[in-house]
Amino acid sequence: MDPLRTLWETFFDWDSMREALPEMLTVGLPNTLILAVSAALLGSVLGMLLAVAGISRTRWLRWPARVYTDVFRGLPAAATILLIGVGLAPLGMQVWGPNPYPLGILALSLIAAAYIGEIFRSGIQSVEATQLEGARALGFSWAEAMRVVIIPQGVRRVLPAWVNQLIALIKDSSLVYFLGLVASQRELFRIGQDYAATTGNESALLLAGLFYLALTVPLTHVVNAIDARLRHGRPAARPTDEIDDADPALPGAAGGSGR
Amino acid sequence: MTAATSTSVSLAVRDVHLAFGPNRVLRGADLDVVRGGTACVIGPSGSGKSTLLRTINRLIEPDRGDVLLDGRSVLADDPDALRQRIGMVFQQFNLFPHMSVLRNVTLALRRIRKLPEEEAVTIARAQLELVGLAAKADARPGHLSGGQQQRVAIARALALQPQVMLFDEATSALDPELVKGVLGVMADLASGGMTMVVVTHEMGFAREVADTVAFMDHGVVLEAGEPAAVFEAAEHPRLRRFLAQVL
Repeated sequence: MDPLRTLWETFFDWDSMREALPEMLTVGLPNTLILAVSAALLGSVLGMLLAVAGISRTRWLRWPARVYTDVFRGLPAAATILLIGVGLAPLGMQVWGPNPYPLGILALSLIAAAYIGEIFRSGIQSVEATQLEGARALGFSWAEAMRVVIIPQGVRRVLPAWVNQLIALIKDSSLVYFLGLVASQRELFRIGQDYAATTGNESALLLAGLFYLALTVPLTHVVNAIDARLRHGRPAARPTDEIDDADPALPGAAGGSGR
Repeated sequence: MTAATSTSVSLAVRDVHLAFGPNRVLRGADLDVVRGGTACVIGPSGSGKSTLLRTINRLIEPDRGDVLLDGRSVLADDPDALRQRIGMVFQQFNLFPHMSVLRNVTLALRRIRKLPEEEAVTIARAQLELVGLAAKADARPGHLSGGQQQRVAIARALALQPQVMLFDEATSALDPELVKGVLGVMADLASGGMTMVVVTHEMGFAREVADTVAFMDHGVVLEAGEPAAVFEAAEHPRLRRFLAQVL
């Protein structure tokens, strides 16, 4: 047989793909989304707490945040997922039964939080100190000024990096298969891999890959659009051309806090 | 200029000291502003003018000394509450770039004063009207000129109906042709009876608007008095040298 043809069919056997498609759509995709979205939410909340702790003036908050970040960023994701998913399984068994999802989501969140915390922290620290002074001068407490003025600006500056992390999370969600999934718990990767293993043909796995791309690629573009919009305000709020004492504000001097 | 002025107070800075490590920025500064009066603080860079201003609303806590509003020490107050009574305008405006002009002005009204949205918007629009920027309410600060941004910053401070206004080189970052508009707003405010402390390099403004001109050098107010006395009959040699350089 023509080796090129063999190679082609190993990856692009339409029949194998068609066979796997329904289960990918009805089981794999929802499960991947459940894992990724839950971990993204929990990881972002934890990441924000880490970021704020990381810039705290209190050493007792700063230091644990630092250690946490070093540990969870430094371990391989697979190791963390196994350690938590298997290590805490007896505990989880008593609380919610044999479902590996809660611990899988927890592990994914803890990993993501370490990265997201650093992303948020760098964003928050990039906001000019004059912004804090401006808010404090209006009577805002430190905490309120951070919440209303500093953090929103800081987070906006790092949205693209944050989305990078969400993309990593979507991909890493495939690692929960280590924890042992029953048929209805399988996510995209596991379904693709199972079909590939039983048929000896990689096409189903390639299909799973296409699903991942269909999730991750648009995400990047969506966030870029949101990013642009936040930078310039809603289209309706764009400047009109009436000018009274106009010098068009210097680029980069937005809010007067540049320089 | 605004209803806020009816409640203005007298201001006294008494022997304020402040050091950042070995750097003694304030070495016993004194300043008096009568109720509804305007004091302009002039002096060379690094003389402690901006730092003195920040000790008045306690953005920086003095090491020693006192600040009195109507004879009452501000050091006993909650700093956050104090700052709502003392408006401040900065060289770099410090508007919040991620919010519209209107939201910049309503933010403290809603979040701190807990006013309902419509009431805050009504107050904010009235203040923006007073500085001639009602039409820009929905714009982002980044789309305004420097002069417009500074007038929004003034409106934002005035919306809280402060008893005192502090201006930290409010026109230093502006292009020359935009300075006049901002100084005009400040002069209106002064003539409306607001108690003001104005750190400035605009000697013309100090001469025309101030009740008191205070010259700072090396962390103390070396000489203070009516503009005519300070500008025409300066006693201290360092003040005379400074004036010779800037006038």
